[in-house]
Amino acid sequence: MNNKLQLIIKGIVKENPTFVLVLGMCPTLGTTTSAANGFGMGLATMAVLIMSNFVISLVKNIIPDKVRIPSFIVIIASFVTVIQMLMQAYVPSLYASLGVFIPLIVVNCVILGRAEAFASKNGAFDSILDGIGIGLGFTLSLTVIGAVREILGSGAIFGMPLGIADFTPLVFVLAPGGFLSLGYLMVLFNKLAKK
Amino acid sequence: MVAVLFGITLVSSAAVGVVNLITEEPIAEAKAKATVEALSNVLPEFEQTAKSDLTIDELPIAVYTATASGEIVGYAVETLTKAGFGGTVKMMVGFLPSGEVNNVNVLEQAETPGLGTKMCDEGNPLLASFRGKNPADMKMAVKKDGGDVDALTAATISSRAYVDAMARAYAALVEIRDGEIAADTASGATYNEGQQTQEGEENE
Repeated sequence: MNNKLQLIIKGIVKENPTFVLVLGMCPTLGTTTSAANGFGMGLATMAVLIMSNFVISLVKNIIPDKVRIPSFIVIIASFVTVIQMLMQAYVPSLYASLGVFIPLIVVNCVILGRAEAFASKNGAFDSILDGIGIGLGFTLSLTVIGAVREILGSGAIFGMPLGIADFTPLVFVLAPGGFLSLGYLMVLFNKLAKK
Repeated sequence: MVAVLFGITLVSSAAVGVVNLITEEPIAEAKAKATVEALSNVLPEFEQTAKSDLTIDELPIAVYTATASGEIVGYAVETLTKAGFGGTVKMMVGFLPSGEVNNVNVLEQAETPGLGTKMCDEGNPLLASFRGKNPADMKMAVKKDGGDVDALTAATISSRAYVDAMARAYAALVEIRDGEIAADTASGATYNEGQQTQEGEENE
């Protein structure tokens, strides 16, 4: 059991997709303009990751090596389309704010990376746990980056104003602020994780 | 090998198709609900609306004529512009029959959070510049460009886009209200550039 828990924790700390593996930078930088957006993107990615990891671990033995990547992409793309339609139907406001980034989950290297590195070599249950762990790591990282950028850039957290909006440098909600926040948080994370 | 790949695509597309069947109705409902919400947000109280479609500057514009006990109480124009900082900005603009702007609701935008997105806030300078005024009496441009509209701080491009969409909404209103083109034959009709001089300037 301890072993299984380790699988989840590993995704959050030792193999954190954003700060350690540095995978999926495109959605990371693009969607973290606010904490809520980062959180939503993280959850959507986690949902796709868990399902794709599960299915890929089940079908790994029937897929010939040569068509491995196309098969994975088809499976991942189907799940993304499903998630997109579900979000559009039941949470239209979240769908509106994440917009173009949802289809981009298809080419998010976190998902294909985990399919290749983990799900295609491990059993179904372990793959689900790996999906949960990496997904949680991704969600937490995106939420933290989003929170930092939102506080510094627009003086709010999860859309609630902190009353400091007049003193905040706008650059943090723009692209350069994304790189800055990501860089400093990465340093901080790795320093803390080493201890 | 080919058979396996074919099998995977077959199963996947079937799954997507099933989900599409399930979600088709809720998606349409969610969209319709959003439209009704936007309508009641920008219009005075009304009983029913009649929709007519126009094309202005090759962009699709919808005008909802709202009536209450047989009288026209206002017009809501679903307008858009492609000149936003993040591309398309879609808005619902409510006019009173006189042409006065009642309220504006931004439906879709991809502007910079904290800057251009302020256009959605209640009481932002753009909305304040338009609310209760008739675009016919205004110079439809931001103050920086010599017009009458207060722009959002640090979001001039978003502000210009907003004004652009407003100008288009007003043009559509004039077309429908004054019956220059009959509402029922209006779909596909193109808007005459020469009618509104502001338009040319905005689009440069």
